[in-house]
Amino acid sequence: MIQFDNISKIYPRNSIALKNVSLRIKPKEFISVVGRSGAGKSTLLKLLLAEEKPTEGRVLFKNHDVHKLKGKELLLVRRKIGAVFQDFKLLPTKTVYENIALAFEVKGRTNQEIKEDVPQVLELVNLRDKADNFPAELSGGEKQKVTLARAIAQQPEIIVADEPTGNLDFINTWDIVNLLVKINQIGHAVLLATHDREIVNALNKRVITLEKGQIIKDEKNGKYTL
Amino acid sequence: MFTTNFVRVIKWGWVAFWRNSWVSFATLIIVVITLFTLTGLLILKQVENKVVANLREKVDISVYFEQNTPEEEILKVQSDLGELDGVKNIEYISKETALEDFKKRHQDNPILLESLEEIEENPLQASLNIKATLASQYEAIAKFLEREEYKPLVAKINYWQNQEIINKLFSITEGINRAGIIFSVVLLAITLLVTLNTVRLAIYSQREEIEIMRLVGASNWYISGPFLMQGILIGIFSALITIGISWGILSYFSPGLSGFFPGINVFAYFQSNIFSIFLLELGVGIILGVLSSFIAIRRYLKI
Repeated sequence: MIQFDNISKIYPRNSIALKNVSLRIKPKEFISVVGRSGAGKSTLLKLLLAEEKPTEGRVLFKNHDVHKLKGKELLLVRRKIGAVFQDFKLLPTKTVYENIALAFEVKGRTNQEIKEDVPQVLELVNLRDKADNFPAELSGGEKQKVTLARAIAQQPEIIVADEPTGNLDFINTWDIVNLLVKINQIGHAVLLATHDREIVNALNKRVITLEKGQIIKDEKNGKYTL
Repeated sequence: MFTTNFVRVIKWGWVAFWRNSWVSFATLIIVVITLFTLTGLLILKQVENKVVANLREKVDISVYFEQNTPEEEILKVQSDLGELDGVKNIEYISKETALEDFKKRHQDNPILLESLEEIEENPLQASLNIKATLASQYEAIAKFLEREEYKPLVAKINYWQNQEIINKLFSITEGINRAGIIFSVVLLAITLLVTLNTVRLAIYSQREEIEIMRLVGASNWYISGPFLMQGILIGIFSALITIGISWGILSYFSPGLSGFFPGINVFAYFQSNIFSIFLLELGVGIILGVLSSFIAIRRYLKI
């Protein structure tokens, strides 16, 4: 489904973020990308979201080079990738309901469909009672659940999560991890960038280890070994 | 699909306008200042036009005729002058009218009136008061009247005595006009730049939201639509507020201004043109709001 093909990313002042990274992600796969700060985890995810352009190589999503796509084609790819970030990235002037509804709206769903589907997604993340709250009125864990709910609402092929538990306490961390597992079981692929050893070891899924911008390990039922 | 999205864009623009109330309020104030400046300049231009017109009205040249000049001859001169380029108006003042005017003017001076009675005949001369369209034309008119054929009839032309004052007066009115235009252009340019920067800052403060919408896969139209809608709302509300403030200020200050510039009633002008002034403010407000939003948001929409 997704292929990183010999990707390198060099930022100005010759700061190498990724070097000759090649990687394939199959549908419904759960992959943890681990590595220390600056190893290139976030850059890898940003390249998939077409937020950054590679210096060399290409990123294919269903055989389309995402960095060669323009306009509507790129939007269609982005709508198939749900993104979850450490800093939540919720729209502060929209309520929880509206933040999730946005994902449905951009897909062109009708108001009636949105009215029916948003409560179901909220139910999935156990936040039905917070529908009318604004992000500022939520805890960190709740905000991250809303971000996940919005990603689910996109009905993506893959959910890309960049340190989604980085700002959360122990209980919320596991709530989010469990949700990601649940989402994966529903049929969405998950690409999780983290440096949380406990999470990675507990998941017992494919683990890609990055060091200084290069893949040093890619194990099927991997562990956090750094 | 398009209609649904269009309605959503309008809805989100409206909602964002109220939820970002401080940003909207700040932008609104700046646009109101711009529109108020525009209205002020419009009123100022009106005052300036009136002042200049009043000054120009006061400028003329008079040609006085010899005592025994027959009226037909004077009317012939009047008709000849009428054919000259740049002559705006010629008023014939007969000896009798001149005398009546003189008596009226000096009715509080019995000594002068008595002396006039003693003379027994009308000592005043018939004259033509000539107004030209441009100051530069008075000299040509005066020279025309100095032609040989008019010399036996003409006693005096007051242009040569007043030439310097006339020229100065016209250069002052032209100066007022030019200064008015420069002042208006500079002031408008400043307020436009301030508005553009305010809207840019307002959108800059929401750049993360734009980025989030892009990540969710919203189209450029879906992202920018609500911002443009907010621009329209700011234009509409600014025009309404400006027209209200202008009404209050002009109704309060107009009487004082009329005392300072007789014959000028800016409030009456404002009232009689309120609809077109409002339309102008509305148009400028909306264009300013939408254009500023468009320019500001464009840089965040590059995919």
